[in-house]
Amino acid sequence: MVTLTPLEAELLEVAGSVLDPELPVVTLRELGVLRAVHVRDTDTVDVELTPTYTGCPAVEAMSLDIERALHAHGVREVTVRTVLSPAWSTDDISAEGRRKLREFGIAPPRVRKAAEPVGITLGPTRTRDADASADMGADMGADMGAAMGAALEPILCPHCGSADTELLSRFSSTACKALRRCLACREPFDHFKEL
Amino acid sequence: MTTTTHTHTAALALGDDALVLSHRLGEWMGHAPVLEEEVALGNIALDLLGQARILLSMAGDEDELAYLREERAFRNLQLVEQPGGDFAHTIARQLYFSTYQHLLYARLASVEGPFAGLAAKAVKEVAYHRDHAEQWTLRLGDGTEESHERMRRACTALWRFTGEMFAPLDGLDLDLSELEPVWLESVRSVLERAGLAVPEGSRTGAWRAGAGREGLHTESFGRMLAEMQHLHRSHPGASW
Repeated sequence: MVTLTPLEAELLEVAGSVLDPELPVVTLRELGVLRAVHVRDTDTVDVELTPTYTGCPAVEAMSLDIERALHAHGVREVTVRTVLSPAWSTDDISAEGRRKLREFGIAPPRVRKAAEPVGITLGPTRTRDADASADMGADMGADMGAAMGAALEPILCPHCGSADTELLSRFSSTACKALRRCLACREPFDHFKEL
Repeated sequence: MTTTTHTHTAALALGDDALVLSHRLGEWMGHAPVLEEEVALGNIALDLLGQARILLSMAGDEDELAYLREERAFRNLQLVEQPGGDFAHTIARQLYFSTYQHLLYARLASVEGPFAGLAAKAVKEVAYHRDHAEQWTLRLGDGTEESHERMRRACTALWRFTGEMFAPLDGLDLDLSELEPVWLESVRSVLERAGLAVPEGSRTGAWRAGAGREGLHTESFGRMLAEMQHLHRSHPGASW
């Protein structure tokens, strides 16, 4: 970890407090996409931002919002650069970010032990195990979860907290989310997929 | 050839794969069998477009490369330019390509080089594409008589475009042919569990005068490019 100057820490705080344009309850800092702020001279600043997904269309809106926030804070020139390495992972979302996602009605991604996905072992074609008690977020959860080397807890319904939920679609309103349904309260909900 | 030129060549090939498949998947918008699939294919297309933008920017100006090149200057695999066909054709194309791309990116991510950063990021996204394709292959192959027959036809029709994926690619410091047995095993395993036979016949077509990587494309690709490029070419320099 590079030591930040007091000014850089202050600007990181300002840039980090910008809200995600598509999930306007979490800040960029809680989302873990803000990598660094470098002060080149007193009023010229470089910001490093990493995308959640390679094709995430929110990056441009995030960059503009960061520029706006830093300008408002008195920084004259702001350059936002997109960096790919190290790759962002849902494990970079802070505990506070997860809590806010849940409150917003989105099941947060589960924290994984291993980082990299490997070969996929597939189960049956059903999207839900016949045996609901063994479900524990099976379907995609078990397949991809096992593939990602994860010991995963069940995906809980963000509305009622039930662990009895099923996958409706692997891709939802954005690439980073899957669509699920709670079998207890019957509400559909988004799940921020583990990446 | 300098190292930079080598990198450009490979970036162009991989970037064109991603761009062209992204466009082909985008053609399903408004036409997918169910809303969830429309969203899924759109999201997969978006991931691929993100990869394409990064890869093409390594090779030059992304807009010029995407919108102002002629057909013969594209270096994508013939597999990805094949028309969507029915849903089974799209799934077969996804199965063949996402399995390959997943293996390729996993390898590129593990060695130092110009593609390691992108590959490490994209391999996690492509794992979901591969899972999507495999689940659908199982469902269609092991589904109704109609879905089984359509899936069988699609897998057979695209089989001859799968050999090209493992031909040497200038600028990639790895032996693509090493991926081939792993790919074959993975695809064979999915097809078998789906109750489908592994297609027979050549995986490179009847004649061998080069293919997409050499700029030789199949008939429908020109029409696809015409649609993809016409707006940009009709209004040079326009912006939103």
